[in-house]
Amino acid sequence: MTGGDAGGRLVRPFTLTGGRTRPSRADFTLITTVTTCDPQPDRATRPQPEHLRILRLCAEPMAVAEVAARLDLPVSVVVILLSDLLEADRITARPPHPVNRATPDLDLLQKVRDGLGRL
Amino acid sequence: MAGSDRAAPAPTASARSTARSAAPDAVKILIAGGFGVGKTTMVGSVSEISPLRTEEPLTAAGLDVDDLAGIEEKRATTVALDFGRITITRDLVLYLFGTPGQQRFWFMWNDLSIGALGAVVLVDVRRPESSFAAIDFFERRGIPFVVGVNGFHGRHPYPAAEIREALALPDHVQVLLCDARERTSSRDVLIALIDQLIDAATGAAAS
Repeated sequence: MTGGDAGGRLVRPFTLTGGRTRPSRADFTLITTVTTCDPQPDRATRPQPEHLRILRLCAEPMAVAEVAARLDLPVSVVVILLSDLLEADRITARPPHPVNRATPDLDLLQKVRDGLGRL
Repeated sequence: MAGSDRAAPAPTASARSTARSAAPDAVKILIAGGFGVGKTTMVGSVSEISPLRTEEPLTAAGLDVDDLAGIEEKRATTVALDFGRITITRDLVLYLFGTPGQQRFWFMWNDLSIGALGAVVLVDVRRPESSFAAIDFFERRGIPFVVGVNGFHGRHPYPAAEIREALALPDHVQVLLCDARERTSSRDVLIALIDQLIDAATGAAAS
């Protein structure tokens, strides 16, 4: 019942995060969009392998949930890795569109509706 | 530092550095309903990517003691979340999240529903009661939703009006007969949800 070891990972997920279990910085949600900075900051230290995988994945913007799915890691672990990368100015994180039920964003809704209509 | 969190996760340190390409704006819709009602099927039929899955290890933190008792027994150690994506425009992406069906995972629904435009509650006509709890969940929290009646093999033995009555739905909640396997059918359910949101928004503005 070890589950996620099919990919040959030899360490348990939380050892990837140095034992930390809380993000150190931004409030990452499932649909926060992550993008790798280009160029990368030059003073930066060498990223860990899991960090590098994220940086490669997010060369094009990608949602946190998708990063987790593609790395086959729990979202909670990915968020910690992302916090490291954000802290090191290696990625940018765009929070999701805010949803306010009291004052709905009609323009946004119309855009979504038009987009669905084109499917 | 600690005081300004939560409410507005506005652009943080991120604004300082440059990204290669601009990140799109992201919104989400939840696809909910009882276990095995066709949530992942619906996500898959409209998503531009094959549904992706994340597995989250369960910790005792989010669970009641009662829930834990059940889990011990079944040795469920992760909760899976299936989702898909629809690129609306270059700068707007819609994510669809299938909510975990089993009631013991409902603590995740609270997190999932934060920031959602709304939800589709899928109902299986053969056992509509399996989606009652989902309807209650969104009603109580004031999260807008439509009901999609997923026909078994695309067949619909009951008219929408009858199902609406059986589910005791308020008038403003749309009921659509659908086939979650069909892209256009699933798309139409999503469009009905957005139309309902637009109606509510324009109605609110007019009154």
